[in-house]
Order: sequence, then C-alpha cells, then structure tokens
Amino acid sequence: MAEVRFEHVTKRFGDFTALRDFDLVIEDREFLVLVGPSGCGKSTALRMLAGLESVTEGSIFIGERRVNSVPPKDRDIAMVFQSYALYPHMTVYDNIAFGLKLRKTPKAEIDGKVRMAAEVLGVDTLLDRKPGQLSGGQRQRVAVARAIVREPAVFLLDEPLSNLDAKLRVHTRAEISKLHERLGTTFVYVTHDQVEAMTMADRIAVMNEGVIQQVGSPQALYDHPVNTFVAGFIGSPAMNFFEATVAENGAGVSLEGEGFMVDVPDDRAGEVRSFLGRRMTFGVRPENIHDTAFVPSGITAAPTRVTVDVTEPMGNEVFLHLMAGETKLLARVDPRTRVAAGEEVEVVIDMERMHVFDPGTGVALTSGEE
Amino acid sequence: MSRETVALTRSERMVRAVSRGPLHAAIIAICLLWMLPSLGLFVSSFRPRDAIASSGWWTAFTTPFEFTLANYEQVLSAQGMGQSFLNSLTIALPATVFTVVVAAFAAYAFSWMEIPGRDILFLVVVGLLVVPIQLTLIPVLRMFASAGLTGTFPAVWLAHTAYGLPFAVFLLRNFFVALPKDLLESAFLEGASHLRVFFRIVMPLSVPAIAALSIFQFLWLWNDLLVALVYLGGFRSVAPMTVTISNLVSSFGSEWHLLTAAAFVSMVLPLAIFFALQRYFVEGILAGAVKG
Repeated sequence: MAEVRFEHVTKRFGDFTALRDFDLVIEDREFLVLVGPSGCGKSTALRMLAGLESVTEGSIFIGERRVNSVPPKDRDIAMVFQSYALYPHMTVYDNIAFGLKLRKTPKAEIDGKVRMAAEVLGVDTLLDRKPGQLSGGQRQRVAVARAIVREPAVFLLDEPLSNLDAKLRVHTRAEISKLHERLGTTFVYVTHDQVEAMTMADRIAVMNEGVIQQVGSPQALYDHPVNTFVAGFIGSPAMNFFEATVAENGAGVSLEGEGFMVDVPDDRAGEVRSFLGRRMTFGVRPENIHDTAFVPSGITAAPTRVTVDVTEPMGNEVFLHLMAGETKLLARVDPRTRVAAGEEVEVVIDMERMHVFDPGTGVALTSGEE
Repeated sequence: MSRETVALTRSERMVRAVSRGPLHAAIIAICLLWMLPSLGLFVSSFRPRDAIASSGWWTAFTTPFEFTLANYEQVLSAQGMGQSFLNSLTIALPATVFTVVVAAFAAYAFSWMEIPGRDILFLVVVGLLVVPIQLTLIPVLRMFASAGLTGTFPAVWLAHTAYGLPFAVFLLRNFFVALPKDLLESAFLEGASHLRVFFRIVMPLSVPAIAALSIFQFLWLWNDLLVALVYLGGFRSVAPMTVTISNLVSSFGSEWHLLTAAAFVSMVLPLAIFFALQRYFVEGILAGAVKG
C-alpha cells in the first residue's frame, strides 16, 4: 500500500521535453487515470514510475521512499503492458509464476498464489496453455494475473484494453474496477480513451504536451474543465466550441456568432455581461442542444435557427451535425426526432450550461454546469 | 483470408496452373541443372577406377551395372579420410559453439545493455567484416607461434571464432534488437537480472536465429581450407578433410575414383545437417524480416 508522488518531474529525450514540471500526488488505494492524446507524455510518466525510464529532473516517491535511482525490481510495483508482454515460450502457469520464482518463493507458495490469481481472473483452466493459444481477452487476463500475483504496492496499467474488441473492453473495464476494489491497491492507469478514464477513475489527470492540464474527479472535469483542451477531451462526443461577441439585447444579453445569434438566460447574463462587446470562445456540450419537440422541462430555452447537415441515428439517441450560420455544432438529441438532413429547423440550446473561455489562452472563465 | 478467396473455382485453378506452369518448369530445370555435378560426383564415387576412366558417369545406369564400395573403403582407411573426418569435427564443432556463445553474449549487450559508446563499438565490430582474412594470416600465425599454438586445435578454434564473430554478432544483434521490448522490460520489472533475461527470455525466443547461425558457421568451418592449412599444417593427425582432399588432388590428380569418394564423404555431414535443419535455415535467413 503506498502513496505515489511526482515532484517537479521533467523528462527530456535529447532536445525533446516529454514531461515538464510534472507534479502529482496519487493517494494510497486510489485509482488514478492518466489520460491524454498520444504523445502527451502519459506513458513516459508511467514508465518513469516503473523505473523503465530515467528521471531528468525532479523526484518520484513511492510511499516515503525516493525511487529515482531504485531499480524497477525493487520498487514493489507491477505493470500490465499494452502488448501484455507474455513470454511466448512459457505456459500460462510459468508466465504467472515467473516473478515469484525469481524471488525464490517456496514452490508450494508459488503454486497456491498462481492458482489463486488465475482463479480471480478466470484463467485457471488455461494454465497449461501457451500465450499463442489464447484469445486477446484471455491474454489480457493472464497479464493481469501475472501482475497481481506478486501483490505489489502499486499497480501500473499501460493501455491494457486497447487491443480488445469494443464489447470485451466494456466488460473488462468493469472487471478492472472490481479488481481494484478487491485488491485495495494504488492503481495508475494510462489511456488515451476518455471513456475508460471517466468510467474507472477515482481521479483523472488530463495531460497534453507533457503538461498536466487538470486533475480531479471525472464529474468535476466534465462539469468544470479548466480550459478548452480538457473541455474538448473529456466527454464524447466532444464539446462544441464557437466564437461569439457578447452584445446587449434590450433587457438581456445575447451572443452574436458567425451568422447566428443566441440569447443568454437571465441567471447567466450577469457573468457574461462583464465580457460585453468582446469576442469570447463559448462551449456547449452536444447533449445541451435539443430538438424543439423534445425539450426537457426546467431549462431556459434559447432557440436558434440551424441547418441540418447530417443525421446519425444511434438507436438510443441521434447525433445531428448542424450549421448555425458558419458555425458547426453537434447535437445529441432524442431518438424520436423527426429532423432530416437538409432541413432548416429551430433547435434549443441550454445556455445555462454553457462554458466561457478566453479566446486567446483557452482558459475557462466561467462554467455553468453544477 | 476470406472463404471466397480460398475456394477457387475449377477454371481459376486452371488459369493459375497455366500461368504458373512455365515458372515452375523453369525453376525445376534450374534445380536439376544445379544438382547435376553433385549427382555425377555421387554416381562416380561408386564406380570402379577403370569404368570412370573409360566412360561418363551417366553410362553407369546401363548394363552391365558396375558399382563398388571399394573407393570408400580405400579413401576412409588407406588415405586417412576417416581420421580427417574426425579432425574436421574436432575443429568445426567447438569453434562453432565458441562463436555462437560469445556472439550471443555480445549481441545481447549490444542490443539491451546501456554501455557508453555501445553503438560505435558495434559499428567497429561490424566494420571488421570487411577486413580480408589473408591480411591477418601472418601476424596471427606469428602470434600463435610465439604462444606455441601452431599445429594445435586450439589455434584454429581461436582463429575461427575470431573470424566468425563479426558476422555472428551482427546477425544475432539484429535479431535480439527486434525482440519485443515489453517482454524484456516486463522481466526486469519482475526482478530478473540481465543474465536471467538472457537465458530465460532471449535465448529461448532466439532459437531460429541461433540455429541458423550455428548451421552457417558449422558449414563454413567444415569447408574451410585456408585457415586450417595455415594454422594446423598438413599433418595427417590434425588435417581436416579439406586439407586431405587437396593433398589427394595433388598426389593422385588422376585418381578420380578416390577423389569423388573423398569429396562425397566431406559432403555427407553438411547435407545431413541441411536436410535435418532446413526449417531453421530458412527461418534464420528471414530473421527480423517478418516478425510473426
């Protein structure tokens, strides 16, 4: 059981800085997900924690111990690789037992632990097989079994689901969450998939270009993204962004975009009024744009005329690609919608839940979702 | 591959057979042409001296059949080919093992250990491939002479190992480097040392490359004349078959029945090895080209 701490960690490969002034505390027993696009430095951070990459500057602590120069094997960690890294010439049993054998664990104890881990992961019937004879999902389970058998203080998972098909991924996500609960160990999980991050994490650290953008609970990141990067990265489909000028409109305030206009409801007008006359970046999540026929109760409707570009029925919902003047918007509406491509219709934007960002820096100025 | 592409219709198969037929015929013809001298050698080695002198080997299949094992008897006993066969083995086996073992350790270090100047060192080793062997003969011979090694097997073992290493290191390093990095990292994380990773992970996964290299190296050493002649000399007690055969040629230039039998004795082992291990041979040649 251990807390993990990154203190001002920087990693450079030659001239390229992969990780810049990385500061992060992962609490004991926490499930922390590092998420970001490829090349953002998340895997580098994980590999440094594992001891597979050296630290250029700063310190990494596992528990109270500074581990910068501790070899990987002495860090009390286990890692599940994206490729699973199973030894192809060994049976599943030997794969799981490999680390224990190296530690000169008594044979009977190894046997007990291997069988226990295999049972937990449901691979106890496959112990005599070689990795080549297993399906992707089974390999993934063996890789996890190999990691848990050593009972490490910290568990590292590097995109462990990315080689599974969509259905299995959903299933395994839940399994990993259960495993975390059962083991009560610190989990550090790296993924580029924000859905995995949202569904499994206690806390998420969103990264971009080697820098942590925001750390917080999944809901906090969703409701209060600190900048356009986090706002656009968390949530699927991604948030709509558009630029508009804040204008006085009789008693209220409205936003004038490229070829469209939308009113701001009274309870947000106060905040937005401080940007009067300025051009700002606004963010609206697709689920906050509604078909006028199916507007949920309790929202202040801000109707806008749009042209429907494409409709994508998903069964439980319909994605509408809309053009509001020159601005592209994506709406996620009720599946009963009658809207068809090519039509000019009115939609309702729930402007109470809009986000306002600085157009230059992308930093969030206000966010409405609670 | 989908079912449709596998199950060809009859007409498609016909088209394929017709279009590929000439290619197959050409390949078979070239193979036969290539095998002809060896076949002639093989047949001649079983023919009596007079028959060889008076008619071509292809006439052997017409009556009266005249075949004999006497050539082999004479070559193996009277001409010392039996002893030479053992000498060849005594030279080739240890020298192959030394080369492969040393090269495997070196290749592992060149691919997976962090050593300052590693890549430059590797380039130097590979660069040694271009040094002509003839350039080294006199200096090395003088060195061996001062160490009292000339005419002994350890001299050729050392020489062959040294001459074989650049290529062996090159081949194995390129194979080791292509092994999935995750596998080794995973082993390190689990507490394995370099030595353990080498023996438990890298070696078992490199069997095709090791086998191919061993076969190559063994065949080279088996067929080597120059190195053995220079460092061992022509004494019957140490001479390998290549040296003995070359002596046979110079002293029995016209004794075809003996030369053919001797040549075939020297070919038997490489042929056996090739046929037994041809799977590894091909896999090894493709090593690193396509990763499964």
